[in-house]
Amino acid sequence: MSETANGLGELEVGRVVAERDLHLTREGLVRYAGASGDFNAIHYRDDVAAAVGLPGVLAHGMLTMGAAVQPVIDWAGPSRVLDYQVRFTRPVVVDPESGAALHVVATVGKLDEGTARIDLTVTFADQTVLGKAQVVVATDR
Amino acid sequence: MPVNPEIQGRQYPPTAPYLVGREKVREFARAVQATHPEHHDVEAARAAGHADVIAPPTFAIVIQQLTWNQLLDDPTAGIVLERIVHGDQRFTASRPIVAGDELTAQLTVTRVRSLGGNDMVTCETEVTDASGAHVVTATSSLVVAGEAA
Repeated sequence: MSETANGLGELEVGRVVAERDLHLTREGLVRYAGASGDFNAIHYRDDVAAAVGLPGVLAHGMLTMGAAVQPVIDWAGPSRVLDYQVRFTRPVVVDPESGAALHVVATVGKLDEGTARIDLTVTFADQTVLGKAQVVVATDR
Repeated sequence: MPVNPEIQGRQYPPTAPYLVGREKVREFARAVQATHPEHHDVEAARAAGHADVIAPPTFAIVIQQLTWNQLLDDPTAGIVLERIVHGDQRFTASRPIVAGDELTAQLTVTRVRSLGGNDMVTCETEVTDASGAHVVTATSSLVVAGEAA
């Protein structure tokens, strides 16, 4: 795990502000199901996932979205997040034994008056799983 | 039954108030691997100017799901849970959600369109606090798979 020191005053487009490895496990999916109230069985039952033609039990897209922003929150502080959006482009299959390893890179995508757009690249098995993953943070306070 | 295109523009009644509990915030934060002290430690949150621990930005999904249920329970909408895939999601916040907030949510279906045999339903859930002030808008596209060919 590596983090870049908070430097909200000296940002430039293209700079990596945070980077982190995330690990999702089956236990983590059950934990997220309980915390969020999303009990769709494709997130914890292999038989149900197989019956609907999936390659395995999938992580909740909202779990991937929720975890992927954490490196940015640790860097900028949770109160600075104004806007956060993602597109769910590829499923994350969570192996019952080894789980799923994700990698997040957060890069400055655009600077505006008082805000910065941070673009997230989230990869699983060397493929991106989120599209247009963008976090707008306040830089003026 | 395909998605009823006439639900475009439909607004559902506001949900009953949801009281955000401190332990629920901590539970959700653990689930999304959010370790920042302001999500867990009341003193750290207060030092940062909040009344109590604050929720991670995606916590609003818990409230938003209550409004999705209205859509699923609407027999005229033609939306069945088993055929939904989450296409995209956005949260636009005026302020973080804080433990102790009493939140109400109202869903509007903003767009329905056909897309290669599927239907794409875009909806916007406005979350407001007990004073009626805006807290966060959650926008989602739900892809509803067409009947098997």
